Amino acid sequence: MSSAIHSVEQSAPTPRAHQLKMISCHSCGLVCEDTQGHDNHARCPRCEADLHRRKPNSITRAWALLIASVIFYVPANVMPMMNTSLFGSGMDSTIMEGVITFWKSGSYGIALVIFIASVAVPCAKFLVLGLLLVTSQRRSLWKMRERARLYRMVEFIGYWSMLDVLVVAIVAALVKFHGLSDIEPRVGILFFGMVVILTMLAAMSFDPRLIWDAETGYRHDGDMA
Amino acid sequence: MPVEHRLALTVTAAIVFVIANVCPVVHISLKGLHNEATMWQAAAALAHGAAAPIAVPAALTIVLVPFMQIALLLWVLTYAYSSRRAPGFAVAMRSLQALKPWSMVEVGMLGLLVAIIKLTSFVQVTLGPGIWANAVLMVLITLVAKSDLHWLWELTEENHGAEVAVA
Repeated sequence: MSSAIHSVEQSAPTPRAHQLKMISCHSCGLVCEDTQGHDNHARCPRCEADLHRRKPNSITRAWALLIASVIFYVPANVMPMMNTSLFGSGMDSTIMEGVITFWKSGSYGIALVIFIASVAVPCAKFLVLGLLLVTSQRRSLWKMRERARLYRMVEFIGYWSMLDVLVVAIVAALVKFHGLSDIEPRVGILFFGMVVILTMLAAMSFDPRLIWDAETGYRHDGDMA
Repeated sequence: MPVEHRLALTVTAAIVFVIANVCPVVHISLKGLHNEATMWQAAAALAHGAAAPIAVPAALTIVLVPFMQIALLLWVLTYAYSSRRAPGFAVAMRSLQALKPWSMVEVGMLGLLVAIIKLTSFVQVTLGPGIWANAVLMVLITLVAKSDLHWLWELTEENHGAEVAVA
């Protein structure tokens, strides 16, 4: 993690890697001399990963993935994710119906865990990533440290949304009593899984250093923001 | 953590991984009928109807990615134990870095707990040995694969030059 968080304490920003003609490797963390021209791709002398001053087309890629995930979030919530059949009568249920069933049966804790993992976390990710993208695009100087912290939070909590997919998997694998009771996955869970994967990819393609670039006015050519 | 401790923990993780994926995690019974499932069977159960493609990421995140992490770590750490770089060290290290966010044993564990609570309302649930192995695996993977691995580059730096000269 090569970030410049410590510099906000000082009045003048500390020199940045590009001013010192240095570049750090995204993969192995090695800091080496920046010999990269305008277009040609340099490789890390140690691990041979591609070197980038900033993640390539960070904002464009993150927007594309974020918008795709928001679109998938609609069928993920509207379409059933699971079919439970008990003694012959089948019933489809969506994610919210699952939460409500738990709540009504008195398992408030579990209802809350599922609600957080499948509704609160994805929605928070949409909002936070949208906010980070808009503010970075506008080179906003507003609350940079808090925004950097929000990014780390999104990275940390993002993958817990996979919970619902795995719950359906486990339940469907266990309840296979043909005729008596069966649980089968439905297409909603596919869309929901796509939402989780796409938001994870969106968060990965966003380069948090773009937040701090507003301070120095550094413009990376790869980002046509 | 010194490299020999890490290697020991990775070997442990490999053993626990086998138990976690061979032994069933949960048994259920309903009106005299019994059923049980492993984590792998759970992922495979998603391969059904229109939702089938989601079985691939499910299998990756709870079984295959943790497996690859352990295998790659065993490979690089065995060589690092004698301060050497394993063949394909750079590729292995880059893969380990890329796999990190997709390893979700802990999410699978929480999923198991939620599933158990969900099922107790209409079937009888007993825990299998796999669930304990998964709980231990969750801790071990976090210790060995989710922490910073950049130090392995520095550790093997010196002998790397010598090896190139010999080759």
